[in-house]
Amino acid sequence: MATRPKKSDSATSRKSAASALPTAVKAPKPANFAKEQELEAYREMLLIRRFEEKAGQLYGMGFIGGFCHLYIGQEAVVTGVQMALTEGDQVITGYRDHGHMLAKGMDPNGVMAELTGRRGGYSRGKGGSMHMFSKEEDFYGGHGIVGAQVSLGTGLAFANKYRDNGKVSVTYFGDGAANQGQVYESFNMAELWKLPVIYVIENNRYAMGTSVARASAQTDFSQRGASFNIPGMQVDGMDVRAVNAAADYAAKWCRKGEGPIILEMQTYRYRGHSMSDPAKYRSKDEVQKMRSESDPIEQVKARLTEKEWATEDELKAIDKEIRDIVSKSAEFAQNDPEPDPSELYTDILK
Amino acid sequence: MPVEILMPALSPTMEEGNLAKWLVNEGDDVASGDVIAEIETDKATMEVEAVDEGKIGKILIEAGTEGVKVNTPIAVLLADGETAADIGTASAAPAPVPAAEAPAEAPAPVAAAPAEIKQEVASDPDIPAGTEMVPTTAREALRDAMAEEMRTNDNVFVMGEEVAEYQGAYKVTQGLLDEFGARRVVDTPITEHGFAGIGVGAAMAGLQPIVEFMTFNFAMQAMDQIINSAAKTLYMSGGQMGAPIVFRGPNGAAARVAAQHSQCYASWYSHVPGLKVIVPYNASDAKGLLKAAIRDPNPVIFLENEILYGQTFDVPKLDDFVLPIGKARIHRSGNDVTIVSFGIGMTYAIAATEELVGMGIDVELIDLRTIRPMDYDTVLNSVRKTGRLVTVEEGFPQNSVGDHIASQVTQRAFDYLDAPVTTICGKDVPMPYAANLEKLALPSAAEIVEAVKAVTYRD
Repeated sequence: MATRPKKSDSATSRKSAASALPTAVKAPKPANFAKEQELEAYREMLLIRRFEEKAGQLYGMGFIGGFCHLYIGQEAVVTGVQMALTEGDQVITGYRDHGHMLAKGMDPNGVMAELTGRRGGYSRGKGGSMHMFSKEEDFYGGHGIVGAQVSLGTGLAFANKYRDNGKVSVTYFGDGAANQGQVYESFNMAELWKLPVIYVIENNRYAMGTSVARASAQTDFSQRGASFNIPGMQVDGMDVRAVNAAADYAAKWCRKGEGPIILEMQTYRYRGHSMSDPAKYRSKDEVQKMRSESDPIEQVKARLTEKEWATEDELKAIDKEIRDIVSKSAEFAQNDPEPDPSELYTDILK
Repeated sequence: MPVEILMPALSPTMEEGNLAKWLVNEGDDVASGDVIAEIETDKATMEVEAVDEGKIGKILIEAGTEGVKVNTPIAVLLADGETAADIGTASAAPAPVPAAEAPAEAPAPVAAAPAEIKQEVASDPDIPAGTEMVPTTAREALRDAMAEEMRTNDNVFVMGEEVAEYQGAYKVTQGLLDEFGARRVVDTPITEHGFAGIGVGAAMAGLQPIVEFMTFNFAMQAMDQIINSAAKTLYMSGGQMGAPIVFRGPNGAAARVAAQHSQCYASWYSHVPGLKVIVPYNASDAKGLLKAAIRDPNPVIFLENEILYGQTFDVPKLDDFVLPIGKARIHRSGNDVTIVSFGIGMTYAIAATEELVGMGIDVELIDLRTIRPMDYDTVLNSVRKTGRLVTVEEGFPQNSVGDHIASQVTQRAFDYLDAPVTTICGKDVPMPYAANLEKLALPSAAEIVEAVKAVTYRD
């Protein structure tokens, strides 16, 4: 094995090979946000972050049970994508789903009450953190089996095409789920049938505790659809404007009838995989560097301040408003009664 | 020595076919590989090729003959130097013989049930008295059910491997592509996990997919989407969204396809809350229950059987024939013993019932039709009357459907039992390939007769 390449060499050669593929699309320039958009993005991302911090706190207090996967650090992804969607577009994701629901416009009280397993939760307390849905907001879950949402989201797109309704299915999954077999079965059919689905791969670098380099032969996730001729682009998932521009491109692509497209969002989760994960597989410095240099919320805040679109007081006012919403949701979720025992046997069959 | 050309078996379950057309005449020379005739099975028209070189000495079966049994000599081939005068010495060509054995032993002849055991349609309250009956194969009944529902509801579509252009691997979807087009009759790649998930996603969005598995053996690849996504979503969403979807296809043993293609999944799926599980035996139930399954807002597992596809039964001629899910059918009323079965298990049960009635044992035979939700009342009422119960199915014994029924009957009608409940199942082995072993692995009418004699305390 004299010619065996060093690890770094092979990683480099893979990368350059991937970027040369005909399916490799260069990400568009970050969107040029007006003041209102910057404020909207700031508000939305702040809501997700404060909500997740509160969820972490309630978990520690024992109000939230089971698994609880926080989205802190990745807020720009769902926020930027959502700003590019129109009413009726569907969203589906895996188990790290709180941010997706808030971005989709679901009520924080209902989400938090589901986390605490109460009757006012979106699933009346029967789904929990990983299994939440809103028919009204076209949010299709919330799925606990890694990769299952990719086939399901492709099915949502199948329904859109069947009905010729111009809607797009946004199917989120992580770098871990990207190695599941059914993802590729779905890619094949999505391209074969030109289904309007945006595959958003949230590459937060770790599948639970396994880094991308340790689990993935092809680390350019945007080119995971190359075998099926699905175009893809790598996007700075920490910059909400870059996310928004890419999502806008992708939504137009789908609505034109061009079929599926892949957006690899290069992002980072600050917390462990779940509440019980001490995250010993990475250094504190690595996390700290991301937080201080690339934080999605700080980026917007800096632009708002620099452009004098918001004063320090105005930003503080937004902050307080968000904290109030989150506190209210926590209060609701702690005081709302548990489901009536009769709920045990409801909703099994229609 | 002249060689007989035999009627070939063109599929694992074929027992007979029609000799549609000869493409050669007596006196023609043929080489191996030449197409010599066309044979129609219940699924398709197939070409027959010559295996050996020679001259067609005599055509034994005229073109247009129907119902020619597999292995019947259809022509005689003469070798070099032989003439028609040598024909008397013809010997059977060895090639197709083993393939034909299993189908000959398949339970099909039983299904052409004798008159006295004929399904008591008149007693089925779901079919109005005096309804005209049309002889229909189970295959056609299933197709008709899908076509009728697709005509009235644009949300209904069929997807699966070979369902469209090939007209169905077992021809169940025959003609649907022509009538409904490629938008609604969708050929998929061979990716069960993926297309099951796509079907469930489409159902969550409000469409009503019929997902065909070429066989339920392949549905194990899709098990996660069936159980975790289809069955559980209504509950997990607090009733907001479920999956109105039908998963259908052949289930259980066909003939000589061995372990990976011969397994009954009735008890597997019946374990899962959130699913309905239907296993029809006759064509009438296949049609009425498939229509009900398509209309049902829940995920329904619809287990068909390849051996039953080609069998003909009476189907009521009604504009919109829909049967209730979850209701058993009393196939024959009786007072001495209850036999409960479903699907192809009914073929053994009917044969045994015929024999037992001849011995003076008054059998009550119940066809469950739906495994989940199960019609406990019909079974319990029967057992309270007869005091004896034998269950019959092809699936494995441990945690079988019969085990579950035995448990329910023991808990809810113990005082009525005059003998232990006996469960007859397939044997506790992977399905063997060899014809004799396969036969041993499946239940038999003889086993049922013995079991009934034991519980009724006859010698």
